[in-house]
Amino acid sequence: MLDILEHLFVQKALVAGVAISAVCAFLGVFLVMRRYSLFGDAVSHVAFGGVAVGLLTGAWPIWTAFVAAVLGGIGLERLRRVSSIPGDAAVAILLVAGLGVGVLAASATGGFGVDLYSFLFGNILLTSTVDVGVIAIVSAGVGATLFAARRQLLYVTFNEEQARVAGIAVERLGYLFIVLTSVTVIMSIRLVGILLVSALIVLPSITGIMTGASFARTVLIAVISGVSSVVAGILVSAHYDLAPSGAIALVGVAILVGAIVARAVSGRRTA
Amino acid sequence: MPVNALEIRDLTAGYGGAPAVESISFAVAQGDILGIVGPNGAGKTTLFRAILGLGSYKGAISICGRQGNARLALFPLVGYVPQRISFERSFPATVRDIVGMGILPERKLARCESLVEDAGGKLAHKYCRMNSRHDKISTALDVVGMAHLAGKRIGEVSGGEAQRAFIAKSLVNDPLLLILDEPATSVDVATQEKFYEVMKRLNSEFGITIVWSSHDLDAISRVATRVACMDRKMFFHGDKDAFFADEDAVRAYKESAMQSHMHDHRGGSNC
Repeated sequence: MLDILEHLFVQKALVAGVAISAVCAFLGVFLVMRRYSLFGDAVSHVAFGGVAVGLLTGAWPIWTAFVAAVLGGIGLERLRRVSSIPGDAAVAILLVAGLGVGVLAASATGGFGVDLYSFLFGNILLTSTVDVGVIAIVSAGVGATLFAARRQLLYVTFNEEQARVAGIAVERLGYLFIVLTSVTVIMSIRLVGILLVSALIVLPSITGIMTGASFARTVLIAVISGVSSVVAGILVSAHYDLAPSGAIALVGVAILVGAIVARAVSGRRTA
Repeated sequence: MPVNALEIRDLTAGYGGAPAVESISFAVAQGDILGIVGPNGAGKTTLFRAILGLGSYKGAISICGRQGNARLALFPLVGYVPQRISFERSFPATVRDIVGMGILPERKLARCESLVEDAGGKLAHKYCRMNSRHDKISTALDVVGMAHLAGKRIGEVSGGEAQRAFIAKSLVNDPLLLILDEPATSVDVATQEKFYEVMKRLNSEFGITIVWSSHDLDAISRVATRVACMDRKMFFHGDKDAFFADEDAVRAYKESAMQSHMHDHRGGSNC
């Protein structure tokens, strides 16, 4: 199977995949602990609306998706702060609104064409060299920002009120986090598509939260499991000529199930 | 005359409707341990939340002579431990991670400290001013007797241990003022005694001013140097000995506490 590594398209897919999956896993730990697990899905559905509008209007779809995702994310954070709507319900509103716009715009363009299909399910194996460069640079930027703000983000995620008293600019940090997540989700669409973004954000994070003790170890395990599922998923899909997004999602699920079983077994041994 | 650690003038605060705190004025000199007693619903938590910028109020609050935004800028030197901090039991952080979340960079800390010194305030003994984060956290955990649990996840320690970890968290920047809102209410008697020992040590060895609310008159008599007695309005504020010698004040507290207790048992509200 490893002989497929000789192909340039596989190498490019691996570089982009590793960069995106590492950032997604890091972000995911905060999102899951904030009970915002489906936020990535909501943003990606809003991005779907953006893509469809872009294809309808002839604008570059990735940019309309980006604008829609960032605005949608900020709108969600605002809605959560000024109203009493619970976080998960606010996520559902965003998800449905994005999908509604997308379906309308898609029907106006005459249905789901090939372009829209590739946004829905992604295909990392079609990544261009320019894409890989952009993904690597943006991932490094998002990763470095997350790393610099990790303790403050941890504080806000742990208890917002305590963080506020400690002098952390909670609102500003909240919006920064939303923008970082939106940017990352847009990149992930290339990899796994709009419908499977959670495979990169939620699955590795839960694996990390279940198995790591300290925060650093949790993030490390999440990143390793995210990167492993992407690498394995790309290799399997390239070898058997299958859809990479599905393979990546299923390897992620397998790693998580493995972690759950290992934890149950070790728990029984120590009990 | 040295500046007071905390000064409240004509403070009225509450949630909509009737104020929970009305026209309260008092000052806390540096080095004092002020025990605030009052029945449930007396407005103690509302008072603390106003001091910490978490609720709206009318009146004037100053910390080390600083008001408004300058008071907020001093918050890194104010430790706050509420009755209970709610958090996810699966939160992916160890006791060490939690204590380290609030560590401020040396540069920012120096800026806060100069604000205090310029106002004529006295800083606490810099017992946590170590070179490394690791040492700061270890020292703070040592003070509260939690060093042996540093590597445990915060969700895996008992309620009393978590409260002590939160006190350690509030110590890492060498605060000059600690605000403790019934910190020992939900812990067993042996742990309560540990709390009181820690509080006395923080005050006598490190020079930290403490403002602390409690229902436990016996603990107040052993730990506090001054007492404030409130039930929406302040009806006693002075030396501890004067409070306990003032039969009218003690009786007034016991009667209002009894009324509040009866009210709670009749199904009344408990703020």
